[in-house]
Amino acid sequence: MTASARTPARPATAASAAVLNDGLAVSIRDLKKAYVLAGGTVHALRGVSFDVPTGDFVSIMGPSGSGKSTLLNLLGCLDRPTGGEFYLGPDNVAQMSDDELADVRASRLGFVFQSFNLLPALTVLENIELPLHYSGRLGRDSRQRCEELADKVGLGDRLDHRPMQLSGGQQQRVAIARSLVNDPWFLLADEPTGNLDTATTREILDLLTGLNEEGRTIILVTHEPEVADLTKRTVVLRDGLVVYDGHPDGSRAALDASRRKDGPNGAR
Amino acid sequence: MQNTSFVASFARWRRTVELSVKSLLLHPMRSGLTVLGILIGVLSVVWLLAIGEGISRASQEQIASLGAKNIIVRTVKPTGDDYDGAGYGVTRDDYVKLSSTLSTLDSAVPIREMTCEFRVGRRSLEGRLVGVTPEYQETARLKISMGRFLSDGDGLFERNHCVISAEVADRLFPTGSPIGELVQVDHEFYKVIGVCQPRSASAGIGGSIAAEDYSKDVYIALQTMWRRLGDQIIQITPGQFRRDLIQLSQVTLRVAEPKDVLPTADLVRETIAGDHPLKDYAVTVPMELLEQANTTRLMFMLLLGLIAAISLVVGGIGIMNIMLATVTERTREIGVRRALGAKRRDIVGQFLTESVVLSIVGGGLGVLGGLFCRPVAIGLRYQLERWIPEQMAAVPDLVRNVEPQVVPWSIPLSLGISVVVGVAFGVYPAIRAARLDPIEALRHD
Repeated sequence: MTASARTPARPATAASAAVLNDGLAVSIRDLKKAYVLAGGTVHALRGVSFDVPTGDFVSIMGPSGSGKSTLLNLLGCLDRPTGGEFYLGPDNVAQMSDDELADVRASRLGFVFQSFNLLPALTVLENIELPLHYSGRLGRDSRQRCEELADKVGLGDRLDHRPMQLSGGQQQRVAIARSLVNDPWFLLADEPTGNLDTATTREILDLLTGLNEEGRTIILVTHEPEVADLTKRTVVLRDGLVVYDGHPDGSRAALDASRRKDGPNGAR
Repeated sequence: MQNTSFVASFARWRRTVELSVKSLLLHPMRSGLTVLGILIGVLSVVWLLAIGEGISRASQEQIASLGAKNIIVRTVKPTGDDYDGAGYGVTRDDYVKLSSTLSTLDSAVPIREMTCEFRVGRRSLEGRLVGVTPEYQETARLKISMGRFLSDGDGLFERNHCVISAEVADRLFPTGSPIGELVQVDHEFYKVIGVCQPRSASAGIGGSIAAEDYSKDVYIALQTMWRRLGDQIIQITPGQFRRDLIQLSQVTLRVAEPKDVLPTADLVRETIAGDHPLKDYAVTVPMELLEQANTTRLMFMLLLGLIAAISLVVGGIGIMNIMLATVTERTREIGVRRALGAKRRDIVGQFLTESVVLSIVGGGLGVLGGLFCRPVAIGLRYQLERWIPEQMAAVPDLVRNVEPQVVPWSIPLSLGISVVVGVAFGVYPAIRAARLDPIEALRHD
């Protein structure tokens, strides 16, 4: 049972269908998100557009208040945009129902969180297996697949450990193995090294780079330029707009500019 | 395809249950106390119903021992100014009238009782001398352990033959067989021709039938009694002279068809009423009592069930309380699960499974404990009689000697109710969990 069979395909426009066939994992067009609060409407995203081809390794940067978290939530299919289009393969995620979004998260996305977010009650193996419950792919070969993934992230000998018995780096490895278990279309990593020391950060980034070299598409949200430098491409957000999209080397200037601009204005 | 998807969904369901047990075991104390709440609820359902059933069964047995097809007409000492001190009670004429006019009767057995002293050599015993006809054995369900019961011939020839109860035999003839021996009553001797098996006492029912103790009975033929002792009973005690003139103590009428019992009872009342302006008789119809007892039993069970249901609801509130705490505590986990692709209904299913697991475990243990109702009740009674004998003696026999009977249907009922409680009180916390915004939940500490 494939992912697209579980999710009802929506008719794509002719233009985006053509784009799709060029091997895009993600394509967003003029994405907008506004929050209606008591004090008025906050426009977190004002129209963001970019494509992520299959096999790309993209870092998303931006100061706090730039709309980075909002974009992450939209890319993670945890939220719906108030405007624009978000194509994940052939389907416009922007118009999906809650259940359809859950299906998309289960079968096409692999989440990696800053604080690992493993379930403390479950063993390493059970944590890796967890997304299979929700994608409906739990089967006889599940255990074998989870063991292979644990091996791949270097934890083949700790299958029955609980998260509390592991170091931060090891927990993040388990989380990466978990994100891979459904063979997702792309990994979405939110500050994956934010809670780790320098040496461990290096190991986790090496692991992610290795996965990308195997052809895995990765979108990584970070505020550390050193982390962004290891990716193939950086997108910088400021005030809900894309201000830079290109090689990580050029992102420094854009970031500095946004910081200078942030200064006098104060916070948001 | 159908089969594999079934296997897959079963495997998934099994994993859900396993995982919920796992997360419940993370807080063994908390889960244990919640289970205890349901356990007590189910236990009280099973026990209260068992005790109610025990009590009502005992009273029904006592009523049934009078015979469901019987109508009992009994002499009652009249009270009031109209009583002139002459004879009273059910008469031989009444007996003849009733037995010859009512066509629905199977049999009619007259009885005459009096209190006497029985002597054998130096031993003596105060007991009841009962004059009966041979049919009495059947209507009273007497069982003979030795010898035979009185025959028609014993009555016809007014023989001094008697049949004694087991206790009388024990007390008057502690060694050797009583058969063929003589028992002295007043100035007459009666030859023992049979011994009855022990017979349990009947309780007082409906006001007209007093509690009766059959253990010290000696039965002789009715005709023999009239010949030897007459209708008069004279009791002389210091300061009091009492003379009663009674022809019959009781007539037990047995109706052939159960459906005729109630109409016949009405006829009996009408027939007798005219001859007895003094109200010196009472008619007892066990079947009427049975029907009343059934109604009482239903009310009783309903009341006990209600009390038990309240404790189950309290147990359910315990589940809800704990599940609400769990949902708050595991907000982060809910966010993670949602991010990994869990739908709202998966979250509902997860938390509902946990609360149902709690309630089923509690219910199962409660039913197991319920099966121990009898030994526990018996042990409790023993301890109570040991420590507070005076208070226990004041408790009515029916309650004190209750033998709890676990009602079979109370087991599926209470298990079913505990599942319902688990679902009913788990639904709200589960829905609250599912309604959480995954983004907020992920940010939760």
